[in-house]
Amino acid sequence: MNQAAAKPTMNKRRKISRQTRQIVSTAGALLVLAIVFTIANPNFISSMNILNILKQATPIIIIAIGQTFVLITSGIDLSIGSVIACSGIVAAICMRAGWPVWLSMIAGLLFGAGVGVLNGVLIVYGKLPAFIATMGTMTTIRGLALFLTQGIPIGSLPKSFTQIGTQRNWLFNVPNQVWIMFILAVIFGFVLAKTKVGRYTYAMGSNYEATRLSGVNVNQTLIIVYTISAFLAAWAGMIMTANVISAAPTAGDGYELDAVASSVIGGASTLGGEGIVPGTVLGALVIATLRNGLNLSGASPFIQKMIIGIVIIGAVFIDRFRRND
Amino acid sequence: MGDLLAELIDISKSFPGVKALDHVNFDLKPGEVHALVGENGSGKSTLMKILSGVYTKDEGKIIVNGQEVEFQNPRAAQDMGICIIHQELNLCRHLSIAENIYLGREPYQGLFVNQRKQIEDTRKILKRLDVDLDPTTRVSELTVSKQQMVEIGKAISTNAKIIIMDEPTSALTIKEIDELFKIIHVLKQEGHGIIYISHRLDELASIADRVTVIRDGQHIITMDYKDTTQEKIIRYMVGRELKEKFPRIKTQAGEIIFEVKNLTARKAVKNVSFQVREGEILGIAGLMGAGRTETVRAIFGADKKESGQLFLHGKEIHIHKPLEAIEAGVFCVPEDRKRDGLCISMPVYQNATLPNMEKVTVNGIVNTRKEIAIAEEMINELTIKTPTVSQTVKNLSGGNQQKVVVGKWLVKPAHVILFDEPTRGIDVGAKVDIYNLMNDLKKKGIGVAFVSSELPEILGMADRIVVMCEGRVTAELDASEASQELIMQYATQYM
Repeated sequence: MNQAAAKPTMNKRRKISRQTRQIVSTAGALLVLAIVFTIANPNFISSMNILNILKQATPIIIIAIGQTFVLITSGIDLSIGSVIACSGIVAAICMRAGWPVWLSMIAGLLFGAGVGVLNGVLIVYGKLPAFIATMGTMTTIRGLALFLTQGIPIGSLPKSFTQIGTQRNWLFNVPNQVWIMFILAVIFGFVLAKTKVGRYTYAMGSNYEATRLSGVNVNQTLIIVYTISAFLAAWAGMIMTANVISAAPTAGDGYELDAVASSVIGGASTLGGEGIVPGTVLGALVIATLRNGLNLSGASPFIQKMIIGIVIIGAVFIDRFRRND
Repeated sequence: MGDLLAELIDISKSFPGVKALDHVNFDLKPGEVHALVGENGSGKSTLMKILSGVYTKDEGKIIVNGQEVEFQNPRAAQDMGICIIHQELNLCRHLSIAENIYLGREPYQGLFVNQRKQIEDTRKILKRLDVDLDPTTRVSELTVSKQQMVEIGKAISTNAKIIIMDEPTSALTIKEIDELFKIIHVLKQEGHGIIYISHRLDELASIADRVTVIRDGQHIITMDYKDTTQEKIIRYMVGRELKEKFPRIKTQAGEIIFEVKNLTARKAVKNVSFQVREGEILGIAGLMGAGRTETVRAIFGADKKESGQLFLHGKEIHIHKPLEAIEAGVFCVPEDRKRDGLCISMPVYQNATLPNMEKVTVNGIVNTRKEIAIAEEMINELTIKTPTVSQTVKNLSGGNQQKVVVGKWLVKPAHVILFDEPTRGIDVGAKVDIYNLMNDLKKKGIGVAFVSSELPEILGMADRIVVMCEGRVTAELDASEASQELIMQYATQYM
């Protein structure tokens, strides 16, 4: 009440720069990491290695964007790791059956979107908590992936498909997959920041009941959000399948938590209402850079896991401390 | 000065950009109720947060029991016997009364909590307060007023001499308020000092010994209650003479705009019928739990209806969810703005356009410039005090927040607007603004119905009054024949 009226100037300043500040601080962290790793091993800054980081980060960035949408509604999507695997498998099965590559990809993407719709329906109409609903589909879809492949990766995929992975592009000599990631980030960044669906996403996370009572079709919007998440996971599935030239039933295992970590480092809150796509992209890059840099500096993989865990906690802790609400 | 429980001398506190308190003085004697009043944003909560250790002061002295003290945190204030009972109660719902009262201070016997002693001590405290409750009852089974008594019990169990009550009656029925006042009398007799913050000035008459008015962070006056009147207090609070507390306007009631027929919803609403006419304001009166909020929510489609019909200008309409109500031009300003009315972490302009996205989007893409234009118009029309339209709603005062909730429904044409407790917890000036706005709607021929628990407000603003009790309509009265006694009689008909 009173303290609220008492500090408008401060909040005015904070409001204007909040998103910019998030981007700047995450980008700053990225820069510091780059400098430290370059000092430790000058090879870090080579264009070869930077491309490597981008390639490693690509699938995580794509799924983290979807996870950001979900986190903003104060939900969580645990199924995306399984969707990565199963959508790749669906596409691979179609290709092996002789379907054209583009049609097989559409099949894989539609499969992913379908899982998203299912998640949304379970949450909205089944009234299940997001954690439970997506944990259920996570296990079910992973099981489906194993069943469809009988546990054996599907290989010998057409070259025109695997090209979307590693092949360099005429533009800036960057692999195709990085361009796909970039385009998806721009599209969904725009959806979140500038469209009605994006606004409703934030509103539901800020106050679900007030949003519903404002006449927003909250059920529909929630289903759209989970569909976006799973659809993006399916894209990550396409790219990862193309990268390794085979569709493995165990692909993407545990990626859902990397997606949460990226979003959170990039400023999303698991309590909902906060998060931006540029922040999430940078957050995923921070994690990828850490992994790559620690590898190059010869740190043990066990230590890597510890450090990444500490970074996630530290990033959120610093953010809380700085905001001090 | 040794006989003062607490003394705040020349307290100042600044937040970046704003001086929240400017050399404010306040003191408290044992055995008195000292009311602290002021509009939202006047600084009274800040002052109490300084006394209870939540904020640290910039300047001034705090003297407790004759000793100068510096509170670095709430715990330090508690140790000095200062206890604050917040508007929102802080109890663990799944624990018993005794467990709540001794939470964190459980009596131990070796490794284990001495349950028997804890329960026995709780029983003694409840007896002191003359409250008839079993210490082992779970708090979740208690009514709000009983929970409040548990909070008070907790306060006195810590030997708190100074008890701060922040809007303690805002969620209580008249009967419960009486019970609370009895307890306050007990506390007074035991020598506790009570600082009482309330927007309901009419309550002060029954309990306040002294009253201090704060406005814009400055101490305006401290006076003995018996030497003053409500009108004087209001004048000190708002700094100007309010012409009328209830600015009623006379218009001729016209035809029926909206009709509710035999509405039944869940267990709370039973066969409710009423009409809203052009050029009049309908008041819906009753006690807490009479089913008024449930009626409004069912009409608006926020909750399910079991049966009943709605007619708009004589034509039946079907509303199953809020979206359908809004499309029909039936809007609702909910009872609890923080819970149901606002996206508190979002800026003012985004709250204003949330139900009006069709006005600011093309092909699903939001035009922020249009949004800001709409919000700025709303701010001007409703005199909402905010530095910019991008201000987060969280940072507005209660009255201004309420205006945002109302304002978002004025962007598109309405047939009927249902207000549920539109002035709860907001200051006198903002109340009058809301009343004037209801008057404007009335003049424009928009149907206005409002639920209120404050009888003076019902009598002051409504042209026709529907009284509810236990989910049923028990009376429909014309304003000219209504009185507090008559309304209360119908409101307690089945009790």
